[in-house]
Amino acid sequence: MFAGSLASAATEAMPEARAGGNEYAGGPDSGNEYAGGPEPGNELAPQRSTWQRALAILKRDWLAVFGIFFVLLLLLVAVFAPQLAPYPTMGEGRSSVSTRMQPPSAEFVMGTDRLGRDVLSRLIYGARPALIAPLIVVLLAVLIGAPLGAIAGLAGGWVDEVIMRICDLFLAFPSLLLAMAIVALQGPSLVNAVIALAVSWWPWYTRLVRGVAHSLSRQAFVEAARALGAREPKIMFRHILPNSVTPILVQASLDMGTVILATTGLAFIGLGSQPPAADWGLMIEDGRALLRNAWWTSTFPGIAIFLSVLSFNLVGDALRDLFDPKEYR
Amino acid sequence: MGLLQFITRRLMLSLLVLFGVATIVFMLTRIIPSNPASLYLGPRARPAEIAEINAKFGFDKPLIEQYGQFLKGLARGDLGNSLATKRPVTKELGSRLAATLELMSVAMLLAVIVGIPLGVLSTRMRGRLGEAIVRVATVVGVSLPPFWLGLLLQLVFVHALGWLPAAGRVDGSLRFTAPITSITGLNLFDTLVTGNFVAFYDAFRHIVLPALTLAAYPIGLITRMTRAAMIEVVSQDYIRTARAYGVAERRVLNHFALRNAVGPTLTVIGLTLAFMLTGTFYVEVIFAWPGLGSFTVRSFLNVDYPSILGMTLFGAAGYVLANLVVDACQALIDPRMRLA
Repeated sequence: MFAGSLASAATEAMPEARAGGNEYAGGPDSGNEYAGGPEPGNELAPQRSTWQRALAILKRDWLAVFGIFFVLLLLLVAVFAPQLAPYPTMGEGRSSVSTRMQPPSAEFVMGTDRLGRDVLSRLIYGARPALIAPLIVVLLAVLIGAPLGAIAGLAGGWVDEVIMRICDLFLAFPSLLLAMAIVALQGPSLVNAVIALAVSWWPWYTRLVRGVAHSLSRQAFVEAARALGAREPKIMFRHILPNSVTPILVQASLDMGTVILATTGLAFIGLGSQPPAADWGLMIEDGRALLRNAWWTSTFPGIAIFLSVLSFNLVGDALRDLFDPKEYR
Repeated sequence: MGLLQFITRRLMLSLLVLFGVATIVFMLTRIIPSNPASLYLGPRARPAEIAEINAKFGFDKPLIEQYGQFLKGLARGDLGNSLATKRPVTKELGSRLAATLELMSVAMLLAVIVGIPLGVLSTRMRGRLGEAIVRVATVVGVSLPPFWLGLLLQLVFVHALGWLPAAGRVDGSLRFTAPITSITGLNLFDTLVTGNFVAFYDAFRHIVLPALTLAAYPIGLITRMTRAAMIEVVSQDYIRTARAYGVAERRVLNHFALRNAVGPTLTVIGLTLAFMLTGTFYVEVIFAWPGLGSFTVRSFLNVDYPSILGMTLFGAAGYVLANLVVDACQALIDPRMRLA
């Protein structure tokens, strides 16, 4: 039964991975629940292959199925936007005075906006920045954060201390506030928003990978590699980073939703994509003044953002379910 | 280690963190824009004007000297003057603090009152439909874009139903009918203390929608965390023992389990403050709430240097301080925390 899925549903997704966020004194073993991975001997994890367990999760959790379905849909829409949009030129930003602010109709399924552009076409084109910008943010954050975390965890000592204290400093800011300040100073644009978000996001991954590295560096197979003469860089690339892929993937999919909210939110207050770009955040801002007369201009992009964030959160939850044995009960 | 010692130590550490934060912010404002003066003056500035601004703000001095100046000002509580309003940034922030604080507290209160019981309740209903509904509700809560939720609430409760006011903290006419005596600047509190119930009702009606918008995400997060922590605790031996002794399930959960599950929930409350702070930016813009958020967004868009620097610093300080309070609460509840 579907309710059964809830028993194991990953609940504290974000806070758990980030629970250390406010421990400035951060002890060396500040909880990293991923480190172990699905150990075969773990009594909580049934001895089944990952694929079997994935299938089992999908079977009892229709929300996760919905999430995967919608993420795939979003991907397709983003790729085939020019083919799918009923009015591709309007999607790209061409206005049309004669069709201003028309309510939803057969001709314009989601109505038209202040400049007479078809909302559906804009929505379809908007899937591109909505998907690509957060992907790049997360990717950059991983690329900066993960190696630093591996170095910190492996090297220990003062190197660890320095890297982690810098992390703590960045984590002392509310991430979005820091990003906003950076964008404001650099000049508002989508590219700057992406850079700013990556700059304020990487420490989460450093923390995560450091935890993995820290616990792995004491495990037998790493000790063995070391005894065989492997140098630290080799250990990092052969053992630490590959073993970090799963927790990074889980965290990244959970972060996607948050980052979509961040990029569209930045656009909403004028610190992200600039007009006439088709961006869901911009569309909402554009429709704000028309709320009373043309509710459709802001409502549909809002639903689009909501469903995208929801889907990524659901997929992230399911991935956590799959890979985190602690939750698997 | 005693509680006082714990707090003192954390306070010192926080000061250190804030010093680092101030340094990062300073570096950001001085390094990112290649030419702050021309950014301030706009693209058509003449060289003479740029030189004048450079001299005025000290941009022409060596970076290390500027940093020294900045720290000196900071120590005196001086963040410079806002470029837009020409008033000291600290004054600008100070005069708007109460409005934002009121909004955030009401939202947080709402999140706690709804979130914790919902989390406990869903633990009691494990495997039943009620739990499924709670799960869907929480994941929806954390997925709603606050800048759209606010508009949606406006659309429904202001434009369609006409139940609540669209914007501001109080109705303009209140100044004549039932003026608010300002004590703390928190309207709800002030009106209640002075017995001005007409104004209280009005302030309450104004804060409902913004607070609700701001609370959606924390409600989701707090519910999830409470539930997860409860499930963890409920599997412990002492809970089984309590049950075996025939203690009523309600008492087991509310009395024995919740007390031990509250730690992680407190941590989440600390973390959601980061969300709340940036959330107020959206909410205050949408509901024309005269607080820090609307001021910050304006300064960000106007590249109002000192205000950007001030607000970023102020936000980080508030966040660090709030988490310090959360940690102290945790240490108070759970003595094990003090050893960390």
